[in-house]
Amino acid sequence: MQQSKVGLDFAKVAHAKQVAKNIADDVQQFVENYTTVAVERTICRLLGIDGIDANDVPLPNVVVDQIKDKGVLGEGVIFFLGNAMIETGLSAQAIAEQVAEGKLDITQCKAHSQEEINAILQPTIDANVARIRERRARREHYLETIGEGNKPYLYIIVATGNIYEDVVQAQAGARQGADIIAVIRTTGQSLLDYVPYGATTEGFGGTFATQENFRIMRKALDEVGEEVGRYIRLCNYCSGLCMPEIAAMGALEGLDVMLNDALYGILFRDINMQRTLVDQYFSRIINGFAGVIINTGEDNYLTTADAYEQAHTVLASDLINEQLAALAGLPEEQMGLGHAFEMDPELENGFLYELAQAQMTREIFPNAPLKYMPPTKFMTGNIFRGHIQDALFNIIGNWTHQGLQLLGMPTEAIHTPFMSDRYLSIENAKYIFNNMKSIGEEVEFREGGIVKSRAQKVLNDAIELLETMQKEGLFNALEKGIFGDVKRPKNGGKGLAGVAPKASHYSNPFVELLKGKK
Amino acid sequence: MSEGLYSMEAKDYDKTLDLKKIKPYGDTMNDGKVQLSFTLPVPAGAEAIEAAKQMLLKMGFTNPLVVYSKELTPGFTFFNCYGSTTHTVDYTTIHVPKVDSKVMSMEACDEYIKEHIGRKIVVVGASTGTDAHTVGIDAIMNMKGYAGHYGIERYEMFEALNMGSQVTNEEFIAKAIEMRADALLVSQTVTQKDVHIHNMINLVELLEAEGLRDKVILCCGGARITHELAKELGYDAGFGMNTYADDVASYIAEELNRRMHK
Repeated sequence: MQQSKVGLDFAKVAHAKQVAKNIADDVQQFVENYTTVAVERTICRLLGIDGIDANDVPLPNVVVDQIKDKGVLGEGVIFFLGNAMIETGLSAQAIAEQVAEGKLDITQCKAHSQEEINAILQPTIDANVARIRERRARREHYLETIGEGNKPYLYIIVATGNIYEDVVQAQAGARQGADIIAVIRTTGQSLLDYVPYGATTEGFGGTFATQENFRIMRKALDEVGEEVGRYIRLCNYCSGLCMPEIAAMGALEGLDVMLNDALYGILFRDINMQRTLVDQYFSRIINGFAGVIINTGEDNYLTTADAYEQAHTVLASDLINEQLAALAGLPEEQMGLGHAFEMDPELENGFLYELAQAQMTREIFPNAPLKYMPPTKFMTGNIFRGHIQDALFNIIGNWTHQGLQLLGMPTEAIHTPFMSDRYLSIENAKYIFNNMKSIGEEVEFREGGIVKSRAQKVLNDAIELLETMQKEGLFNALEKGIFGDVKRPKNGGKGLAGVAPKASHYSNPFVELLKGKK
Repeated sequence: MSEGLYSMEAKDYDKTLDLKKIKPYGDTMNDGKVQLSFTLPVPAGAEAIEAAKQMLLKMGFTNPLVVYSKELTPGFTFFNCYGSTTHTVDYTTIHVPKVDSKVMSMEACDEYIKEHIGRKIVVVGASTGTDAHTVGIDAIMNMKGYAGHYGIERYEMFEALNMGSQVTNEEFIAKAIEMRADALLVSQTVTQKDVHIHNMINLVELLEAEGLRDKVILCCGGARITHELAKELGYDAGFGMNTYADDVASYIAEELNRRMHK
């Protein structure tokens, strides 16, 4: 029997998980009947289709737009590409190029049986699945040979807009002690319904996520990892309108961590909920197979809502995200569920409340590499106090054994980090992690005290919220604004036009091949 | 021995405050003390420290003192430094354009609107363009507000709509027309490479093309926004760091009153 340091009743935790599972099962019933343009483009990528046409449109878009424009998106690209491959004898890539040149309409090729289609596609599917498997094996080999940093992993961001400059910053960060490098995406990429192509040197507040950029950074981190004797993980973002595509690109290029959260997209990017929940399911299947740790975005709730009053919404969302991830076959060890240190620094005993919540989250998700986010909302430009706020955050991360410690920067809210900002932040964390290493094992909390009471209250409030959501169903709950105080209509938001019910010829062999597998 | 805690060296500068020639203050009037940190793209060592000192001298500091240096990654060295600046500023001739309004509490502002406007004021706000940050617009508009200042949604005499982030200028204007907005609030957080400037100018141009520019009170806000910049870009007012809903609400109420009773 698990012992709780904060007096959690594990029967209540089990109940909360059951309610969250009911909510997730209900969503899954919907998800399984639909496909999206992003899912179909992902299948194209997993069949090796890459490159752009004369107008810089990625070939996966060219192919999927053709079937969408003909009104047959619901039949899926597998059916049409399979038919075209049988009829022309060309590879998937060559067919995509022909479509781009206007020489081929794949919806007009003679229809063949599912067996024939499977047979012609099998070698291409196997080759690309093998490529992802090799990538995963490569990571595991590094972890066995050069090893990795201790948890919490030190997670830093680079965001210069120029992938080559990002490399300099990332390698510097790794040498200073960072374990995970996240390349922040350029602002607005989440709303692009395609993934840009090639190496990029211009971005706003971040760098485009492209497959070439992934490749450049992976190579740079492998180099510096070998130099410092520690595997350096690469993080990017498969959120927004291209969730599963970016998951596939990351799987092919050896990314290790991916931001991946439909609820975040719905609430904060106004992405249509049907679209993004369908996209998320396939993206999580891919992430699970590739051994990628996903990160969920619950910390963002607290940048708009009050971190003290709305702590239970974070826990409720983590519980739903855990169940949605489980349905996609993603192992617990890859669930980087998110939460944050965002209370107003003026709040009396705020540290104790944060500590209670972090320990509570740790115990509710014992196997998950929790992603703990630093203060951002109350970083004011006073870099000196900010450095102390980050120190308190680091104390809790170490104390409660968080998985991924996203390091706060003293210059948060001023500029994207200078090289020296990262140095100061890593020094701050390393000092605390070493100097207070075993505090979590040494200190117990008083019965009826602030910490225990807080943890228990947040769990109770989360259960109450989940029960309300269960009655409504997730879609209705989101429409009514029960979650995160934001109302999102089921048929509103961005990307709905790219959703279609699966039709009679639909198939996606990758679900079966990848889900819950290694 | 260099100037420091135990230095007995005479401090022979004038220690009286002269607003025509102000200098930074460390612990003595006119000591000119400044603390700064920076990174130079050179390896650590005596040459790096000398380079940092020369940098300080060129920046107009005397007694340059490098108190800490650390190589961050091969070829990049970080410094913490102190120096005494030789420059002065004439404080008496400074003029900074400011939003011209009396800041009222929420209750006083509601009373003012009832008395002078006689109806609710309609405000539409958004973080426009590709900017995904809602922290600024939320701080000003959301019911709860920020740092103890209630947001405009809480005001009895405002009808407020917060459209959130990544709203295109076109959507923003369409909503303003639909709601017959009296005032528009534009929040811009991402300011890298001046992306906010282009977007803000674009909004003014679109409003002018629609013949709406003079019909609305157009305000912008964000950590890097100043009233001066706002005026330059064709806005009526700009709200920067450390301004809250009360600053914005009071300005809108008073400005609308001015326009209605011209």
